[in-house]
Amino acid sequence: MGDFWTYNTRIVLAGATLLGVTGGVVGVFALLRKRALVADVVGHAALPGVAIAFLASLLLGGPGRDEPLLMLGAAVAGTLGAATLTLLGRFTQVKEDAAMAIVLGVFFGLGAALFRVVQNAQGGGAAGLNTLLFGKIALLVRTDVLLFAALAAAALAVCVLLRRELALLCFDPEFSASIGRPVLLLDLALSALIVSVAVTGMQSVGLILVVATLVTPAAAARFWTDRLGPMLWLSGTIGGLAAAAGVLISASGEKLAAGPLIVLCGSAAFGVSLLFGPRRGVVARTLRERSVRQAALKGGSSPAYGGSD
Amino acid sequence: MPPAPPAADSSVGPRSDGDAPPLRVSDLTVAYHRKPVLERASCTVPAGSLTAIVGPNGAGKSTLLKAALGLIPAATGGATFWGQPLKKVRGRVGYVPQRSEVDWDFPITAAGVVEMGLYREIGWLWPVGSSHRARAAEALGRVGLAEFAHRQIARLSGGQQQRVFLARALVQGADLYLMDEPFAGVDAATERAIVDLLHELRDAGKSVLAVHHDLSTVPEYFDRAILLNKTVRAAGPVDEVFTAEVLKEVYGGRLAVLDSSLSGGSPSPLGGAPLDAVD
Repeated sequence: MGDFWTYNTRIVLAGATLLGVTGGVVGVFALLRKRALVADVVGHAALPGVAIAFLASLLLGGPGRDEPLLMLGAAVAGTLGAATLTLLGRFTQVKEDAAMAIVLGVFFGLGAALFRVVQNAQGGGAAGLNTLLFGKIALLVRTDVLLFAALAAAALAVCVLLRRELALLCFDPEFSASIGRPVLLLDLALSALIVSVAVTGMQSVGLILVVATLVTPAAAARFWTDRLGPMLWLSGTIGGLAAAAGVLISASGEKLAAGPLIVLCGSAAFGVSLLFGPRRGVVARTLRERSVRQAALKGGSSPAYGGSD
Repeated sequence: MPPAPPAADSSVGPRSDGDAPPLRVSDLTVAYHRKPVLERASCTVPAGSLTAIVGPNGAGKSTLLKAALGLIPAATGGATFWGQPLKKVRGRVGYVPQRSEVDWDFPITAAGVVEMGLYREIGWLWPVGSSHRARAAEALGRVGLAEFAHRQIARLSGGQQQRVFLARALVQGADLYLMDEPFAGVDAATERAIVDLLHELRDAGKSVLAVHHDLSTVPEYFDRAILLNKTVRAAGPVDEVFTAEVLKEVYGGRLAVLDSSLSGGSPSPLGGAPLDAVD
């Protein structure tokens, strides 16, 4: 156990778990506001920001791999991507899915091109493209983890404090505006939360899979409950457990990357929920449909809900 | 000594805030992608009245409500409430959006939706207290849904969902209600319940402005009507406005619908006589 349970593993475990919890909680609102894929766009759009931050650090005589600076670059570029998406939707007739594909493609293409420059300038030394694409959580050091932890905790606190207003925004934005809530500001706050999860989540699972840390726990949690409060708890728990399990499996096994394992653990939780969730799960629905059919065959009335449609 | 000016008495109800009506829309123009959907519309909703907005599809009925509430930007004109900008009297104005505009699969109970009507009063960070829950439960009772309080909203019928929306507005305790198609796609029981509720509100001195699409029930349900087609074509008490000529003018050639829906009404609408409000 000595080899496996190192100080670094514990650091990584703590950081990844916190990122998982935050992703799960923010993901609930992203999902309910139908913004889940925005996280994907933000993650990809962050790439040129990282490249530019890297080059800037080199030009200033820095090490290139200056973690806070890279995260700042990622956050700025990710925010620009999200803003471009919003502007395209508001001022042009481009449909939302097309706008997402366009923004993702333009930013990611630019980022990939810039990374060639980085690698040429650096001789391929430090941050390879791969660690950004698939995460590099095993390489994290204590100061990195503290930085992510602070960001994740802040995002979590905002979610908890604003949960009621965010819920109203997701359910009925027009009513929210009609009682005088600043809907645009609330939407921006939600975007900022998604950006912060995407930028920190890039460190654990990489930018390609970061969308999964937002969407999967929330979608899994929805199968178990019809209420927002329990859904937030469940989603945060699933996100945290998946991250912890991914890190532990990775640390115990040979040459298994933590990022993909975290996402696979979350997907497993989703699979179980999809099958066995009460009322919404596949098994429960099949059983219910069968009992309705049998009741109909017997000529009895079906166990319908109170409603007529 | 000059006579003292009449004191601003805060205990007086909504009818006596000077002479200004609960809602005055003036010169309102709204455009989507540069295409005007509403042009220089002006109308008022007097205190203690039930007013229907009617007009063909795309006439700008919902747009009028939304622009009056500032939910969509107006190109010209605007609305005042009791002579004041909405900001100053927001707590006195309730809005019931179209039922089809929200996702009813949302993880929330009927009581949870109704509590949303209290968020403004509760504030951003304070918890929903037991008195708030009691008021939400009472509002659900008023629309006949007491036993459905803890049911998730997807498992309510369309009519029940509409009544949840009305309960959310009721709990706001507003003096003026703007309702977007409250009768759309509801069952007969719900329709009856909504009509009773409207009359109850009017009897309590409140005012309602509702988008309504069923011409045949306008005279029975409402006191006043605003006929809209891009702009206000006619407005006033139903027995003055709701005549065959005016309707024909507003709806163009599509009067076939009218003929059938109004047949059986007391004086023939096609004779040009005003339609009596059936009461």
